[in-house]
Amino acid sequence: MPALRFLLTLAVTFLGLLAITFVIGRVVPIDPVLAVVGDRASAETYEQVRAEMGLNDPLPLQFARYVLSVLQGDLGQSVSTGRAVAEDLARVFPATLEMATLGIIIGVALGVPMGVFAAARQGSWVDQVIRVIGLAGYAIPAFWLGLVGLVIFYANLRWVGGPGRIDLFLDGMVPVRTGLLLVDSAIAGDWESFVSAFSHIVLPATILGFFALAYIARMTRSFMLEQLSQEYIVTARVKGVPERLILWRHAFRPIRVQLITVIGLSYAGLLEGSVMIETVFSWPGIGNYLTTALLNADMNAVLGATLVIGAVFVGINKGSDALYRVLDPRART
Amino acid sequence: MIPTAWLLSDDPETRWQARLGQGYRLSRALLRNPLSVVGLSIIIALLLVAAFAPWLAPFSAVEGDLADRLQPPSAVHWMGTDELGRDILSRVIYGARITLGIVLLVAVIAAPLGLLIGTVAGYFGGWIDRVLMGLTDIFLSLPRLILALAFVAALGPGIENAVIAIAITAWPVYARIARAEVLTFRNAEFLDAVRMQDASSVRIIALHVMPLCLSSTIVRVTLDMAGIILTAAGLGFLGLGAQPPLPEWGAMISRGRDFILDQWWVATMPGFAIVVVSLGFCLFGDGLRDVLDPKQRGRG
Repeated sequence: MPALRFLLTLAVTFLGLLAITFVIGRVVPIDPVLAVVGDRASAETYEQVRAEMGLNDPLPLQFARYVLSVLQGDLGQSVSTGRAVAEDLARVFPATLEMATLGIIIGVALGVPMGVFAAARQGSWVDQVIRVIGLAGYAIPAFWLGLVGLVIFYANLRWVGGPGRIDLFLDGMVPVRTGLLLVDSAIAGDWESFVSAFSHIVLPATILGFFALAYIARMTRSFMLEQLSQEYIVTARVKGVPERLILWRHAFRPIRVQLITVIGLSYAGLLEGSVMIETVFSWPGIGNYLTTALLNADMNAVLGATLVIGAVFVGINKGSDALYRVLDPRART
Repeated sequence: MIPTAWLLSDDPETRWQARLGQGYRLSRALLRNPLSVVGLSIIIALLLVAAFAPWLAPFSAVEGDLADRLQPPSAVHWMGTDELGRDILSRVIYGARITLGIVLLVAVIAAPLGLLIGTVAGYFGGWIDRVLMGLTDIFLSLPRLILALAFVAALGPGIENAVIAIAITAWPVYARIARAEVLTFRNAEFLDAVRMQDASSVRIIALHVMPLCLSSTIVRVTLDMAGIILTAAGLGFLGLGAQPPLPEWGAMISRGRDFILDQWWVATMPGFAIVVVSLGFCLFGDGLRDVLDPKQRGRG
């Protein structure tokens, strides 16, 4: 039963997402018929095309048709690229996935130990640093941090590569297998490309990772504090268990499950946050695709990208929620 | 000067005395926390800068001197000048008006909407609750920024549409909070008493239920302000929010992007304003939460 219920809410949420993109597609001031026939077509042609496109049908019917076509993977044609939106999205998505994944790895690898340490030494400098980072994560615009990062680390220090995924003269040299440039170049054994790709991804991924770190460290800290105040910790201390073991073996173990949800949430958030970062770094991912489409009023592309980002976001969130329920017996109902 | 003893009296004689006393206690508690004082000072500074922009700004925000274009920060132009020779400090100062306007408008649209939906759902319960909260949950589970982008795409770029789009994505949080609050007292005796006086549901919700949800909503709105500012600036940055020549901070950063590598100040200076103001709302919101809503302390 719980599994069924879960699938039901998932389906309803996806339907809601589809309803929202459908409504947005309806209220746009751009006339879809006009876009097809051009403004010099006669009134009869206009009406005929309008009928052919099914725009005279009742809205529920149009919505049902829309849902069906999306389920079949048809997101319409993009006006600006001239290709199917679904095809475009499949091509740009790996770039976003690669950046967000590296970002979440950075965020988890630094954020979790920082949170544990801050909880162990409440009020220490690490604790203060995490407070500041947490606030900064809320107050600093990602796109601005990206620009500042470019000025410092690319223009002045020359530590990292600039905008784009790879140096221009290496572009297109690596055969596409997974679409993840780091993985592809490693498989091909093309280490020059790998180094170049890494120098390009490291700054945007670190900036994304910073926002993940801010959240993960804060949550880890508060989960750990909750555990450390429990009586079993006192018992362990009285028994003379070394502090390191108390932290990692006793207190950290029970919060691992809670952390899954937190990490899932911030991973989904990074996919969303990459929209801004990609614009700054001219990163050819889904965010860049979305913003380019927005500025070209390419509605099919906008709605398709919104749908895919929304679906991945919902999927990760609900997925980590479900995983939490499976792993933590107390959360089962 | 009102005597402190009168304010803090345990048995106030009038409703006004009680309210003033409560306000006094709250502000005392707020001012005891140095971080919320910093936040409050930033917000007050923002209000003053926005109010007195024409007197504070040394130059015009829309007209520049092309002979002075892209000058680095100096004694005359503290934050330098942009590509049209406009003084960036003056534009940042005028930009405070736009930022404040956006934040207030979003709060005024989204908070009452969320409050209404949340209280109605919580008060009536049953299928009304299920429908309204189902809707709220769908909105909550979708990415806010992407939704706002899509709405702006449909409505067309511009500052009014940006406000509407942000408000559309902001209300569900308030609805959830208000509903949770209502559930804690929907079976309370004071509501039975009002009902027995034959009060209508509208009257009960508006006069007896909503006021009790106000403080947690206000806390949440204050905490959300930073996010609203960042989203608005992001929309401006993407060219979907305020349009040039309006001195909106995000749009200014976007213009400065073209010469970021040589004239770094054009894009970075407005960003500092965004950071300071968002930080102000964060700090003040945290303080307000600790005072008004101690249950929520330390949570996300």
